[in-house]
Amino acid sequence: MAEPNTAAQPSQEFEKVLVNSSTEVASFDTHDKTPLQKIQHFLHSTPAAVPFVVLVVSILVFGLAIGGRFFSSYTLTLILQQIAVVGMLGAAQTLVILTAGIDLSIGVIMVISAVVMGNCAVTYGLPAPLAVAAGFVVGGACGLLNGLLVSRLKLPPFIVTLGTWYVIMSTNFIYSENATIREADVTAVTQWLHVFGVTFKVGAAVLTLGVVAMVVLVFGLWYALNHTAWGRHLYAVGDDPEAAKLSGIRVGKVLLSAYTIAGLIAALAAWVSIGRNGSISPSAAVTDYNLQAITAAVIGGISLFGGRGSILGTLIGAMIVGVVSMGLNMLGADPQWKVFLTGVLIISAVAIDQWIRKVAA
Amino acid sequence: MAQEPILTARGLVKRYGRVTALDHADFDLYPGEILAVIGDNGAGKSSMIKAISGAVTPDEGEIRLEGQPVHFRSPMDARAAGIETVYQNLALSPALSIADNMFLGREIRKPGLFGKLFRTLDRSAMEKMARSKLSELGLMTIQNINQAVETLSGGQRQGVAVARAAAFGSKVVIMDEPTAALGVKESRRVLELILDVRRRGLPIVLISHNMPHVFEVADRIHIHRLGRRLCVINPKEHTMSDAVAFMTGAKTPPGEAIAA
Repeated sequence: MAEPNTAAQPSQEFEKVLVNSSTEVASFDTHDKTPLQKIQHFLHSTPAAVPFVVLVVSILVFGLAIGGRFFSSYTLTLILQQIAVVGMLGAAQTLVILTAGIDLSIGVIMVISAVVMGNCAVTYGLPAPLAVAAGFVVGGACGLLNGLLVSRLKLPPFIVTLGTWYVIMSTNFIYSENATIREADVTAVTQWLHVFGVTFKVGAAVLTLGVVAMVVLVFGLWYALNHTAWGRHLYAVGDDPEAAKLSGIRVGKVLLSAYTIAGLIAALAAWVSIGRNGSISPSAAVTDYNLQAITAAVIGGISLFGGRGSILGTLIGAMIVGVVSMGLNMLGADPQWKVFLTGVLIISAVAIDQWIRKVAA
Repeated sequence: MAQEPILTARGLVKRYGRVTALDHADFDLYPGEILAVIGDNGAGKSSMIKAISGAVTPDEGEIRLEGQPVHFRSPMDARAAGIETVYQNLALSPALSIADNMFLGREIRKPGLFGKLFRTLDRSAMEKMARSKLSELGLMTIQNINQAVETLSGGQRQGVAVARAAAFGSKVVIMDEPTAALGVKESRRVLELILDVRRRGLPIVLISHNMPHVFEVADRIHIHRLGRRLCVINPKEHTMSDAVAFMTGAKTPPGEAIAA
């Protein structure tokens, strides 16, 4: 503490009584907390803890209900294969949600990127690297468009991406004439578009390169979000854009980068989805990839109000959905129960987020 | 004052449509002093402070820092020149840690390959510096520098914002209403902080509506009225009632005060 000085001897009449009072005000001590408050603090500093517990519990519950079949590494890795695409889209969505935005167009960006990759390779006969690059250009350009509309024209992200969702979806149908590119046609031209479908074995576990790509992507983004200035700025912008601006962060640039990178990740997810599905279908655009990606992020503890959550949570969120749907499948339950449970999980996740936000000193 | 002022402004004009917020306003800040800026609402004091801190660009007039003309186009420019501002809303990011907040917008990267290639942040260097800056200002009974700012009390947050300004402000620190949102005891602590910062040799511009606080810590008081500097008074020679009277136009300031 600084030594007593003139200011410590209040010169104002009404403050004279303060001399004998406690001077502990601005110290950072933490007083005793109830166990519940301790949990709240722990969750506040470790946002991926809740989804992690939910994941472990759901694996245990389904494991007990189904038995050894569920615990086999084959089943567990099959779940990973099934969530690779949604996990990647969820990661893209996470970047945007962290800025307090939302990207409703992420699913159709993926589909149009896949269609462009397929058409370039099969219809135009371009070499595979060029076809893939064309897909990334389209995905990145769609993301850039979202980013420009949000950061330059300052339109609300919900409206911008709702609009681009329709625009990109219809462009996709018009451009592709809703023609599916068959797996055999792709395979006849190149193996490269299916590279992420390549499987390999680690013991009894069967993994695809797509799963590896998802894990590498998520950990790469985790590193960028937590250990680079760009990541810290992304959180700051989502948390309080005004404060971020006054702290010297170029808010527009950060937003632009978030939407553009989300578009590029969608293109990568497109490549992975070609590997998984074999064929390329423009009508995949009607699948609710957007909502699945948002669901993974929200269940994973990413706050829709921005600035809070860990991208590892999104990966866990996607796994939770994967585990629940696989478990219910194996139990032979009506698939609607999966949808039902997803709804329950989303509402619980947001309720827990609100509670954690109320953390007090 | 025999010394040269460190920061001066001459003939600042800022118009917003038909409203003239600054009407040829002047401003002088001398090294090592606390200059309070007071004025009624709408007198243009915040426009003047924004011009000095780079948040607005004046339409006319000249700002000089250590005798050199400066043209700030953004708060970044002013910061680069050594002028730090503690905003009334503190400009802290609630979910980020104390250390992250102190280095927001000017993070330190690791030396060598990791910093260049992967742009890795040097967490330990930033935490160390944040900790030492907070201790210098006597704020260091803190246990966890990685605590999120939103878990701190109002006075603690103000402390972090002041420490950030004092750590990076090499020439001038501007504080906008630092005690406005605080309780009596926390205000007291922040006033001590302000005096601490002055002891370290940094001149401070203090914008405040709180007359007792202003009269307690300020060396000189700049009274703003109708978009320009009305006068500069010595708090030891005038009473609070005088200041309020000058500020509202109820009384005309003495001739020598205008020259000060």
